[in-house]
This record gives sequence, C-alpha cells and structure tokens, in this order.
Amino acid sequence: MPDVLMPRLSDTMTEGVLSQWVKHEGDQVRKGDVLAVIETDKAAMDMEAYDEGMLTRILVPEGASVPIGTPIAVIGEGAAEAAAPSPQPAPDQAERAVVTPPRAPAPPAGPAPAARRPASPLARKLARERGIDLSTVSGSGPGGRIVRADIEQAARALGGPRLAPQPAAATGPQRPAPGAAPAAPAAPAPGYLPGPLHPPVTAPAADAEEIPLTTVRRLTAQRLAASAREAPHFYLTGVADAGQLLAFRAQANARRGADVKITVTDLLIRACATALAAHPEVNASWDETRILRHRHVNIGVAVAIDDGLIVPVIRDADRKTVTEIAREARDLAARARARRLSPDELAGGTFTISNLGMYGIRQFTAVINPPQAAILAVGEAVRQPLVRDDQVTIGTTMTLTLSIDHRAVDGATAAGFLTRLRELIEQPLDIVL
Amino acid sequence: MTVISYRQALHDTLRAELQRDDDVLLIGEEIGVFEGSYKITAGLLAEFGPRRVRDTPICEEGFTGVAIGAAMMGLRPVVEIMTINFSLLAIDQIVNNAAKLRSLSGGQVSVPLVIRTPGGGGQQLSATHSQNLEVFYAHVPGLKVVAPAVPADAKGLLAAAIRDDDPVLVLENLALYNTRGEVPDGEHVAEIGRAAVLKPGRDITVVGYSRAAVIALDVARRLEADGISAEVVDLRSLRPLDRETVCASVRKTGRAVIVEDDWLSYGTGAELAATIAEGAFDYLDAPVRRVAAAEVPLPYAKPLELAALPDAAAITRVVRESLGGA
Repeated sequence: MPDVLMPRLSDTMTEGVLSQWVKHEGDQVRKGDVLAVIETDKAAMDMEAYDEGMLTRILVPEGASVPIGTPIAVIGEGAAEAAAPSPQPAPDQAERAVVTPPRAPAPPAGPAPAARRPASPLARKLARERGIDLSTVSGSGPGGRIVRADIEQAARALGGPRLAPQPAAATGPQRPAPGAAPAAPAAPAPGYLPGPLHPPVTAPAADAEEIPLTTVRRLTAQRLAASAREAPHFYLTGVADAGQLLAFRAQANARRGADVKITVTDLLIRACATALAAHPEVNASWDETRILRHRHVNIGVAVAIDDGLIVPVIRDADRKTVTEIAREARDLAARARARRLSPDELAGGTFTISNLGMYGIRQFTAVINPPQAAILAVGEAVRQPLVRDDQVTIGTTMTLTLSIDHRAVDGATAAGFLTRLRELIEQPLDIVL
Repeated sequence: MTVISYRQALHDTLRAELQRDDDVLLIGEEIGVFEGSYKITAGLLAEFGPRRVRDTPICEEGFTGVAIGAAMMGLRPVVEIMTINFSLLAIDQIVNNAAKLRSLSGGQVSVPLVIRTPGGGGQQLSATHSQNLEVFYAHVPGLKVVAPAVPADAKGLLAAAIRDDDPVLVLENLALYNTRGEVPDGEHVAEIGRAAVLKPGRDITVVGYSRAAVIALDVARRLEADGISAEVVDLRSLRPLDRETVCASVRKTGRAVIVEDDWLSYGTGAELAATIAEGAFDYLDAPVRRVAAAEVPLPYAKPLELAALPDAAAITRVVRESLGGA
C-alpha cells in the first residue's frame, strides 16, 4: 500500500495546500489519473497518481497545508484492504533499515513443562507478585513469549482481582501537546545509574577563600578586561605646577564659607571639560567602523566603593560653574557609595578622571573606561624643588598621566590636549572664566 | 508564540545573542557576504560588521582552532561548519582541544564555544555529504551535543549553547530547516540535557532525536487512529543524555523502539538499549527494538537513498511487531 506524498512541484515550494481531492476514498486509480489539485507558492497544479489500485484512505483534508514529503493518501490493492489499518508498510519497504532480532524457534504445541518458557521481564515480575506459576500460562507474544496481557488473563482466570495498572511514571518535561496530561512525580529506579553524571570540574581551593562576584565586580571586570584587551593604550605623562591651583582653591573656599567645599578634583573636572571643548578630537569614541566625536562634554569621575569602581557622570561639565560641579560631584559620590545612582547617571560619559592623589599616589596609569578614548590619572600634589627662571625654588607639582586609545586619538593630538590642561592648571583663572 | 521555520528560529536566535552579548561572534565559511550556505546568517554581516561575523577560508581545522583560542580568552564564538561531514577536518581541535582544555588546565580555562552544523541525509548529496556523525562527538566527555527537532528547541537550545561555558555542538538537520512550528516569543533558553515527551502514550515508547523524532511523532499520531497509544520521547541532547526520562517512559509503557537516522552499530540505539536494560529491566514486556539507517555509504540515487534511510513505514512495522503483531 504505497503512500501518496505531497510532491515538490516547484524549486521554492516547501509546503502545498491540498485545494481539491479529484478522487475519493474507494475510487479505483490508474497511473496518470489526476488524484488532487495542489496549490503551491506559485500555482495550482494537478497531481497525478504514480500507482495503480484503490484510493483506500485520504489523510489530508481539502484546504490543509502540509510540508512536501508528507503522506496525503494511501493507494491500496482492493476493497479487502480498505478496512485494514493504513500505515502497514509494504513488504519491500519493511525489509530495509530494521533490525529483526534473532527469533527463537516457536515452542511445540501443547505444554512442555521441562522447557524454560520465554517470558518478558515485566511478565516475570507480575507473575511473581501475583503468585502465578509461569508454567501454567501460555504466551501470546512473538515466539510464544509470555507477556503482561497473558499474566493479567491468568490472574482473572484464577479469580483474583484485576491487576492494578502500571503506575504512571513521569516522563520528564512535557512540551504542550493536545490533550497531554500533567506528569506525575518520577518513580525512582532502584540501582539505576548512581552518582552524578557530571561531577564539578573545579573544586574550591583549600588555601583560598572564595569570594562570590557581585554584579558591580563582574561588570567592572568585564568592561576593564575588554578595554585592556581591545583598546591599544598609550600613555602621556606631564607635570603641572599646581601652586596657583591650590592657592586659588583655598581662596575660593575661604570666600564661600562652609556650603560646599571645592576640591582639586572639581577644578580638574572643569579644567578637563574646558580643554576637551578646545580639543574635541579627544572627546571621542572608537566605534569599529568609525570614530564618534561627541557634541557634549560629559566627565566621569571614578569613585571607589566597597566592592568595585563606579563612575558617575557630570554632564556638560564645560557649561557648568565650578560650584555647580562641586555640588553635583558631592551628591553623585555620596549616592554612589549608597548605591542609589540611576543607570542614566552612570551612562554617557565621554572622558574620565581618576584621582588617587589623596591616597599619596605620586603617579599611575589608568585603564580606559570604554568606549571613551581617554582617561586622566591624577597624582598627589607634592612640594618639591622646582626650577623657575633658572633658580631652584620650592613649588607644588602634580603629575598627570593620560591613557589614550590609539585607535581613536594619536600622540600629537593627545599631547596638545595635555598641554592645554597643564596651562589651565597653572593659570586657574582660565578654568573659571 | 509565533509560528516560524526552524531556519528562522536559528537566525533570530543568533541575531538576538549578538545583540545581547558583545562577546558573541560568528565564524565560518561563507557566513558573511554569501549569508551562509543555508542562509542561517542572512543579514548578520550587514548588521554587525566583519568583526562580529567572520568569513573564513576553507580550513575547518584552522578556524575551529581560532574559535577555541578566542573562547579561551573570554569570547563566545559560534562556529558554523557547513555540514557535519566537514567537521572531520576539525575533529582534532574539537576532541583534543575544545573538549579537554577545562580538565587539562585544572579548571583554569573554559571553552565557551558553539559549533553549529547540520547533519542528515535525504537531500541527494551522496555518501560523503549525507552523514550523521554526531555520535562521534557525543562519545567524548567534555563536549555537549544537542539536537533540536522543532523550531522552539532550535531557539532554546542554541541560546543555551551560546550561554554555556563549555563547548556545545548544536546539530541541525538539512531536512528540518524548512519545518515550521510554534516558538516562544522573547527570551527562551532551554535546559541542556533534558529530553522532552513530544506526545504522551500508554502502549509503547518511541525514542528519537532531530529528524527521527519528527518522523516518530508523525507515526505516533497516525497509530492513534488504530488504537495504538505510542509515547514519543525526543532526546534533544545526546550528551548529557537524559537517561531518566527515557527509562521513566519505558517503565510506564513496557516497550521501546529507538529510531536513529544513523547507522545501527555502536549508535544511539545501542546506548539507549543498554540504558533501558539498566533502568527499566523489570518493566520490559518486549525486547527493545531499533530502527536505523542501512549500514552502507548513503547512495545518491533517490530510490536507493530513500530505501537506506529509516522512514515512517519502517517505524510503524517495528512498533507493531513489538506490540505482538509480528
């Protein structure tokens, strides 16, 4: 009984609509007869029969769409077959691909008490539970094997209660299927595959304490690793005479009273913003296929918190007064430590300042905060001998180290920016004017 | 839920993962400008650029090795090997490097690598281009091998593979790319190592994966009309193998037929038959049966090719035999 399959009627066809059955169940069919009309993605086409016989079963109703290769009908040999179940394969098809188990010879007719009677493991188990002697049961399975049904029949014949059905064991996660019943809890299988299939590969080291990662720690690690891996860093170091800057700060704070003290960092934020406005090529980002030069100057300030580093952003710092910057920076830093910053207060920075001067660090290099093109590492302001007008004098200097992403900015350009920054530090009135 | 093709589900998942995680990148032959031999990567080069979507020369060993190195350094490369047949050229990298680096380094490095590759015959691609070699890889500790049969799993298992910290081979199938099915919208990440019951049943368990699971489901639905209630288990993952779901099903039905779109000897069917003997022996009412491809290099000629591959008729016959209608 060959299956009639949904044919491939065009190169691009993946499924077809059975728009009309020309033949009907019970009709005799000859090779070349039109069986049905199939609608493809291109046209409606007649489908001819390749086999002779009776159209015993139609599997796909009119109007349905099925993929190519799907059985749509069965052509059988005659009326007698029409009632038979359809998917019975033809003998020639059934020969291939299937492993036929070695078949035991059929047992002789009638009881043969001495011979071991083939019985399925399940039948043996049920017989044991019901107290049924297997030698009294005749097998209905292949080769006379005793199967569950035979034990159930024997139990009924003995007048015992009907065997309880097999408990419905769970079968794992179920996909939604029409009429699928929810799964019951799995019944354990004694002695089956003890132990985990995948023991953990890494065990905690005995001589180290394991610190689980917080989100901040993980993100800090990911971003800085990506920066160190991908952005070719180069570094420029300059020394600024910070005497005027410190004096200016002291004077400003004395005049303003106790409201918000201006810090060196606040002045540097404004100084960097002013220098970036003059050197917009440093206020940029590498973006793989292009360089983005940012229209706003948004300065991030690295703030150490308990388990990482957080960089709140002061937007449009070139358009804010030092007092505004000081007030905003205090507020952001306090809320950063309290973890009360909103995501947009951490986003959009175009340049970052990291100041470790207050920890007595003379100079250091910082990892660029991607996707920005540069970061400024600020060292401690220290009093030291200084050559001024060919005289050795005592002055206060500050070491500034700029890390630059060489993909976006070249050395001379970055040097120009650093020079401008140094000039501003040395002439602090220009920072505020 | 949206009804889309298996192909579309793979494409959409790759795109979503590229958008979600900057560390994800695609590597393979003709995946960029040509958009993939089977168009899974259509449009992705244009959207994500050549740094994320890398065309390579014809050198499976080379680019698989490159991807393993990238994965060791923290990226999440998704390699497309045009068909699983060509993975033989990269098998040393996959088996000796990807699978073993975690153990050999004492856990210091992992290899979050995905290899996407279609297998399967039936396309008249002849003997060397129609093989199912996934069992080669499922044999190797340190690798994971998943095999989605339906579009929802194409999405869920590919996403899970990309997010997994160890190497995962995602077995696709040429005959399934155009099949359609419901796919959950939004984030959908499957659990690697869990089989699924595609259709519950009482009388017999039919187990398969990939194309074989789809054919088994079709057979089971048709047998329903004849009063035979077959349960269909889709393995979904060859390693880790969900032995418990298979055994639980057989403990319920008492009978099992395993369908493999692959040669019989030393195959999935053998592994599962042993698993069932260990986990469900006292529940077996009939010997475990296998339906597999003929043990020949797959012929090119269409009638011979069809004759060599397992099909619905063969599964139907063995199910009936197992149920006692021999």
